[in-house]
Amino acid sequence: MRKVTYRDALREALREEMQRDMSVFLLGEDIGKYWGGAFKVTDGLAQEFGEERVRDTPISESAIVGTAVGAAITGMHPVAEIMFGDLTALAMDQIANQAAKIRYMFGAQAKCPMVVRTPFGAGVNIASHHSQSLEAWFMHVPGLYVAVPSTPFDAKGLLKTAIRGDNPVLFCEHKLLYPVEGEVPQDEYAVPFGLADVKREGSDVTVVATLFMVYKALSAAKELEKDGINVEVVDPRTLTPLDRHGIIRSVKKTGRIVIVTEDCRTAGVSAEIAAVVAEEALDYLDAPVKRVAEPDTPIPFSPPLEQYVIPDEKSIVKAVKEVV
Amino acid sequence: MTTNLTKEKLVEMYRKMIQIRSFEEKLFELYSQNLVPGTIHLYAGEEAVAVGVCSSLRKEDYITSTHRGHGHCIAKGADLKRTMAEILGKKTGYCKGKGGSMHIADFSIGMLGATAVVGAGLPIAVGAGLSVKLRKTDQIVACFFGEGASNQGTFHESLNMASIWKLPVIFVCENNLYAMGTRQSIAMNIENIADRAAAYGIPGVSVDGNDVLAVYEEACKASERARRGEGPTLIECKTYRHRGHSRVDPARYRSKEEVAEWLSKDPIKRFRDKLLRSAVVEGEIQAVEKEVSLQIEEALHFAMESPYPQPGEALEDVYA
Repeated sequence: MRKVTYRDALREALREEMQRDMSVFLLGEDIGKYWGGAFKVTDGLAQEFGEERVRDTPISESAIVGTAVGAAITGMHPVAEIMFGDLTALAMDQIANQAAKIRYMFGAQAKCPMVVRTPFGAGVNIASHHSQSLEAWFMHVPGLYVAVPSTPFDAKGLLKTAIRGDNPVLFCEHKLLYPVEGEVPQDEYAVPFGLADVKREGSDVTVVATLFMVYKALSAAKELEKDGINVEVVDPRTLTPLDRHGIIRSVKKTGRIVIVTEDCRTAGVSAEIAAVVAEEALDYLDAPVKRVAEPDTPIPFSPPLEQYVIPDEKSIVKAVKEVV
Repeated sequence: MTTNLTKEKLVEMYRKMIQIRSFEEKLFELYSQNLVPGTIHLYAGEEAVAVGVCSSLRKEDYITSTHRGHGHCIAKGADLKRTMAEILGKKTGYCKGKGGSMHIADFSIGMLGATAVVGAGLPIAVGAGLSVKLRKTDQIVACFFGEGASNQGTFHESLNMASIWKLPVIFVCENNLYAMGTRQSIAMNIENIADRAAAYGIPGVSVDGNDVLAVYEEACKASERARRGEGPTLIECKTYRHRGHSRVDPARYRSKEEVAEWLSKDPIKRFRDKLLRSAVVEGEIQAVEKEVSLQIEEALHFAMESPYPQPGEALEDVYA
């Protein structure tokens, strides 16, 4: 099968959906013909679809998302880009109080079909305002879906589902994933929300990982194989809805779970998954739930400091060995 | 009359204004009897703004509204019964009891809903304007907000965005002088919010917000400009709320003299007098008043008799 980068896979999804549906349009800072997006995801789309549908905006995160909300409830399917995940803080009212609640508080009179794409994640030395992983914030907002694709295949398939759906979606990308290549079919497909994917089958320990941590978990699994430990890597792919059954199915098989996420530990993504397992699968566990996550600090700048806080293969290997 | 309006249109405007006033007075009465859950922000005193603006709109045009939004709904043509039922938390309300006083919407008449986060409706109105532009219809959007909201960052972001994209949005600032208890002079260094339009290179006008025809005239100019694709306008309507900010507020921060002065400029009394000086006779006005009073009683009856939602309905409609 042909190989495509995560960045190109996202662009393919945007292009195909814009070709399919005239109501789909893009807006965001520097996404147009002069820059093509800070991470080049939208590169070339303005030339292809024109500046009306690939719209450069002022630096106004709140109005970017609010504009998407207003357009979505009046018949359009906007895809907004927030240049860095950290900057969603500036648009939080429009995401959490407006987009996510409009359907509910107006008694289902409206739909708010919109996507906010944004890159999270540390590892490129850009410090505290451009490196966080804030997915858990959005898991705490009923009315919002949260997608976390780790592969080019999932990125394209989930983005298509996000754009075609009738609900607001916070589409979390990871800045280290953009150049990563993977198999993506030529033919049309979509990846449904709420369906975890087993990225590696195993029988001894379940490692649930998201975004860039999926790759670290896979590499740790390879390492652990040498010691005869057979790791299953499960990627939830969407955090809302969360595939509880998929995670529990794996835990029933292995009896052990390590959760690896890049956000900070307290009240993070891993905490929710741990709670699900504790509530629904405690009897199947042969060891306590383990979490590998960032310590509760902002992301520091200096390379040794930054590398220290990001979960690595070594900490995953160590955590797995503690539960087997 | 300064404007060239038919008698029917004038009477219709008067009808809408007294519908709002009577609706709000009825709600106030219900409040005193503890029949309304939560809080309410009454629109009484500001009727000329909503009615003046909405009378310049078509049914398919959009509005966005605020926590003080009953007047906007009624002026845009919302059903009194379903509005009242929503405020009482009933299943038959516009939002099936999920929204209440601060979140009424009627998408069938372009009323895109009231947001209770001050200033949050402005970017949504911009989005509706962008949607109109992309869909190439000739709809326009009227965005209501208070002078307090004009201090929010969303005001700047929205007026800027609407101006660069020449979107068909009328930004209607209802300047009632107080953001809760904070007098305008404490919160900003200017007297006219309309002056802020200059920062976006768009027209800004201050108008007597208690004169429905003056508001209507400015709204018509802004609507025409918007429909011609020339972009947004900021209209500041100077007005006054007759009661406090919300249920619990006796409004002691306003002097008796100030209140008396504004009550003497009551927009409904002024318009009524004006109508009587033109082609409308007392009997016709009284007939409208009687009719509205019956409509309010009907709305109240409908709302009171309607059932509450089943508790389990709280779990419905989170997602489409």
